[in-house]
Amino acid sequence: MIGRERNFTVSQRILHWLMAICILTMLFIGVGMVSTIAPKYLPLLATHKALGIVILVLALLRLGVRVRSGAPPLPASLPEPMKLAAQLSHWALYALMIGMPLIGWAMLSAGAYPVVLYGDIRLPPILPQNDTLHTLLWNAHFYLAFAFFALILLHLAAALFHALIRRDGVFESMAAVHHGTELVPGE
Amino acid sequence: MTDPSAPPPRYGLGSLLLIAAILAAGVGSFAYAAGWFSPDRLTPTEIIDALAPASGPSLGHRRNHAKGICFTGAFDSNGNGEEISRTVVFRRGQYPVLGRFNLGTADANAPDATVRVRGMGLQITTPDGAMWRAAMIDLPFFPVATVEAFYELLQAGQSKEPDAMKTFVAAHPEFATFGGWAKSAPWTASYAEEPYNSLDAFIFVDKSGTEHAVRWSFLPQAQVVPITAEALAKLGPNHLEQEITERVAKSPQRWTLTLTLADPGDPTADPSKAWPDGRRTVQAGTLVVDKIETERDGPCRDINFDPTILPDGIHVSDDPFPAARSAAYARSYDLRTSEVKDYPYQQSAATGTRP
Repeated sequence: MIGRERNFTVSQRILHWLMAICILTMLFIGVGMVSTIAPKYLPLLATHKALGIVILVLALLRLGVRVRSGAPPLPASLPEPMKLAAQLSHWALYALMIGMPLIGWAMLSAGAYPVVLYGDIRLPPILPQNDTLHTLLWNAHFYLAFAFFALILLHLAAALFHALIRRDGVFESMAAVHHGTELVPGE
Repeated sequence: MTDPSAPPPRYGLGSLLLIAAILAAGVGSFAYAAGWFSPDRLTPTEIIDALAPASGPSLGHRRNHAKGICFTGAFDSNGNGEEISRTVVFRRGQYPVLGRFNLGTADANAPDATVRVRGMGLQITTPDGAMWRAAMIDLPFFPVATVEAFYELLQAGQSKEPDAMKTFVAAHPEFATFGGWAKSAPWTASYAEEPYNSLDAFIFVDKSGTEHAVRWSFLPQAQVVPITAEALAKLGPNHLEQEITERVAKSPQRWTLTLTLADPGDPTADPSKAWPDGRRTVQAGTLVVDKIETERDGPCRDINFDPTILPDGIHVSDDPFPAARSAAYARSYDLRTSEVKDYPYQQSAATGTRP
């Protein structure tokens, strides 16, 4: 495997860390806003809606980049169950990055709420008003948010496990700050 | 790890502890954001729970202003409002509206004469998709000055403590103004004869970007005929809905939208303080109600009349109530939409009565 690309591309790394900030912000705003009636509820809600759509756009872009550029292979020394867990958790993260904004948008639509991004910029409803759908989507949005956060913590734990304990270059493949892809000797 | 010959497991243990600490910090800060360490934080759920009468909430209905009837019609904008706000709603023209006349009670079956406060939910939409929702009441000011005081009022009202209400009134002198209004303001026998007030101050932004603090009212064009509560009670428990249905069937009913502009120094953050008389007003148009439908069959049941759903050109002021109302209304909407099986859809409309 001499000459194999070891790191994610620069655009993949930028998208990853930008989205990490966006998604964590989003989750913290989400649990915060539903717990308060203070004036900050309104800017939190407005930010949550706009940022949700930003994340949806970035996630679709990222999925395209991922399909085009692929991902560096996991170390051959990594046990098969861990490789499988890594792949499944990554696809679950993609599903949530794309699914959560769509569920939120659909939930607002089913509640007959306007979806205002900023000022006069609005999105059309993607569902008609419907009580049952609203409830279903509300529950999905609420519980999947906690699942999303749990999955991110698992992802973080795995990344740190690679960085601190296995030290196998997996963490660096996404965290490297120096330029682009590099050639390294295979194992 | 200064000793390079230290065995890997020790290094691993330190790293594992570090990872555990980072994860714990993540969970802890998330819980903090969610308010799990802030028992004093007032939540939408607490407000909604406090609104429920001792017998429990009216399942499937709004948690407050639970009894109501739908209307549709138009807002006939005369263009005068454009000077105050750039919102498209103030451009001369006719814009479709839907709304809901309601009683300020958590009991969907309350007899009309037992409820002092009446309200109107309103939604105006424009062809380009802008939306303005409002929830207004006939009271010209709010009974209390702060959201916290409103919560205390609800708690005092439900309290078994004999002096709870007395203690509340002593701590919130502004509440006496409401007592005076409730005693002296005339009752009417029609939703068409009521004014509907925004109470809260909102900021209207004109084309030049100048901001104006505004409270607005929809003032009835119908003749106001005062009636006593006793006489209203004799007309029946659901007189208001029957009356407005018959009245609008005969002829459309109208209200004038009057914008009242604050003078410098007028309080915008406290809806319990009415602005003094003599403030500049602008009549921005006429609300025309030309169709009444039961809540069950009409378009208003599906709508959360959240007063913070505002078109570009209008936004909230430093009044803390709209945000609190928005958060609580959303909770009410989430609850009642999840209780759709309890909503009396199956009931015959012909009887005009409620279970």
